[in-house]
Amino acid sequence: MTIQNSLRTQPDEQGHFGQFGGRYVAETLMPLILDLEKEYRKAKQDPAFEEEFQYLLRQYVGRPNPLYYAQRLTEELGGAKIYLKREELNHTGAHKINNCIGQILLAKRMGKTRIIAETGAGQHGVATATVAALFNIPCTIFMGALDVERQQPNVFRMKLLGAEVRAVESGARTLKDAMNEALRDWVANVHDTFYIIGTVAGPHPYPELVRDFQSVIGKETREQILEAEGRLPDSIIACVGGGSNAIGMFHPFLDDPEVEIIGVEAAGYGLETGQHAASIAGGFPGVLHGNKTFLLQDEDGQITEAHSISAGLDYPGIGPEHAWLHEIGRVRYEPVTDDEALAAFQKLCKLEGIIPALESSHALAAVEKIAPTMGKDKIIVVNLSGRGDKDIFTVAKALGVEI
Amino acid sequence: MTDRISPTFATCREQGRAALVCFITGGDPTPNDTGAMLDALVAGGADLIELGMPFTDPMADGPAIQKANLRSLGAGTTTADILEIAASFRQRHPQVPLILMGYANPMIRRGSDWFADVAKNAGVDGVICVDIPTEEDGELGPALREAGLHFIRLATPTTDKARLPAVLQGSSGFLYYVSVAGITGKQQAAQASIEEAVAHLKSGTDLPVAVGFGVRTPEQAAAIGKVADGVVVGSAIVDIIGEHGANAAPHVREYVASLRTALGAEEVA
Ligand SMILES: Cc1ncc(COP(=O)(O)O)c(C=O)c1O
Repeated sequence: MTIQNSLRTQPDEQGHFGQFGGRYVAETLMPLILDLEKEYRKAKQDPAFEEEFQYLLRQYVGRPNPLYYAQRLTEELGGAKIYLKREELNHTGAHKINNCIGQILLAKRMGKTRIIAETGAGQHGVATATVAALFNIPCTIFMGALDVERQQPNVFRMKLLGAEVRAVESGARTLKDAMNEALRDWVANVHDTFYIIGTVAGPHPYPELVRDFQSVIGKETREQILEAEGRLPDSIIACVGGGSNAIGMFHPFLDDPEVEIIGVEAAGYGLETGQHAASIAGGFPGVLHGNKTFLLQDEDGQITEAHSISAGLDYPGIGPEHAWLHEIGRVRYEPVTDDEALAAFQKLCKLEGIIPALESSHALAAVEKIAPTMGKDKIIVVNLSGRGDKDIFTVAKALGVEI
Repeated sequence: MTDRISPTFATCREQGRAALVCFITGGDPTPNDTGAMLDALVAGGADLIELGMPFTDPMADGPAIQKANLRSLGAGTTTADILEIAASFRQRHPQVPLILMGYANPMIRRGSDWFADVAKNAGVDGVICVDIPTEEDGELGPALREAGLHFIRLATPTTDKARLPAVLQGSSGFLYYVSVAGITGKQQAAQASIEEAVAHLKSGTDLPVAVGFGVRTPEQAAAIGKVADGVVVGSAIVDIIGEHGANAAPHVREYVASLRTALGAEEVA
């Protein structure tokens, strides 16, 4: 494939992925995100920046993490060989930390003295609080009041790490509202504050830089599968909330047409119930939180509430690069319901001795559907984006168990 | 186009005072009540009206206008309701400039051409969109200009000399100076910084400059009115509607009249 035809050169100079992406922000923020873009371009050229990033990924996060052949799961499903990319073994238990390391290095470079972030389940909040502690920068995490109630262990973790957790009472009091509130804080504190966005959303250059930091997942996977199997996988699969673990896995494979790529959206109680978080399957293009993408919305453009059993997928939008990859047909997006994810969660616990995050369980559920349809000579890689310790209360409740 | 905006600023200038620009959220507390609130603004002496289009995610707004958005959406306000409110306002007040203000998504949902067309037909004069900066003008600007509507842009304390020409490109009607880096209805900017900013903006454009965000008292309005072509008041009015609900009109009228008097009331209707 020639460079001109590469799918890996997005976005364009305006931050657009086809019709998606862009910089839909209040004028107050424009100079700031232009500045961030400039600084990011410089950092990308700076070997010292890359060196520090790699050092921290290795010594602090614990990378590279393994690409593990899940033999018992493979045998149980009776089809393609299944490999798990073990992001759940990272420090803090998910892929989120990769991005936080990159962004805090940018914040430091830009001389910012305060960090803010939004969080849903608290995973990104914990990862942000972690790097803020490491770099000794004060940090405020915005979290919907409802999520604060639902995710007490992570709230306490963030506080232990020295972060201030602000419960957001506006709107439906979940992730979307936390992001609104973080943006409100940011416009009021533009001069000293760096906003660490937790997924491949927000205004340009966020979707690009978060993807670049998360691409370590796909790069490692590529090397590891070549070493293990001597060839690329037939399919790669990841769950999609905003889409950062997925794009990090997918991006290094976009120009390999022989690799089928599947993103898994949360279908909640089922697409037909309207209570889901599948922006591509059930949404339309629109503008929210700084970018144009597929959004759950009504006919007047009012954003509708998402639902998923997994708080990390419970967002009414999707990163703009995914919207574009869907539109050009390079990536297929499949819905998986709460119940399917719960079943896959339990299966991995029993077969492999790994408790997966409920988010990642959506990807595992898709594997369960696809693997049996493929021959034993085929290879699937699934991104195990996080560990499920945080989810045991939710799962217990769903299974009617009291703990 | 029948331009109502620049003649209004010109008239105010002749009267030796700044124009009073008043914002309320459409459909707050219900779509049926908004007409009376708008009439109260005009009766109190508002020169231009900004009619907010409610949105589920008002990212640039403080608590007062956030709550107004929730009240409006809670009452079931639709885009069709807003357009109807605008059209009937236009029938009752043929001369008062009416501007729709809001966020991108409700405006572009059915296509920017559709929106520009129906807004024009409803008698709207211009549009302010919080989250479409110059860089994304293509999303809405061309359709508005094609329909003969003003696209009124925002300048902020972070809009420096180098950036100002980009902000002005394609903007018309007036320039809205957001006097604080922050959200609506919070703190007010220092008078000195406003004077400096208005002078900076005026050096780059002949458009009238209206100053808003955080203006609450007649005294603040009067001070800003001395240096700007217009003073925008929103959250303070929205708070009155929040307090008095459907019965807010006389209170709104009284408050707006106090602002207008402070600006130099030549002839309140
Ligand atoms: C383990 C895990 N996976 C996936 C996600 C979803 O985010 P993204 O789609 O950006 O990877 C989250 C978000 O909290 C998460 O914690």
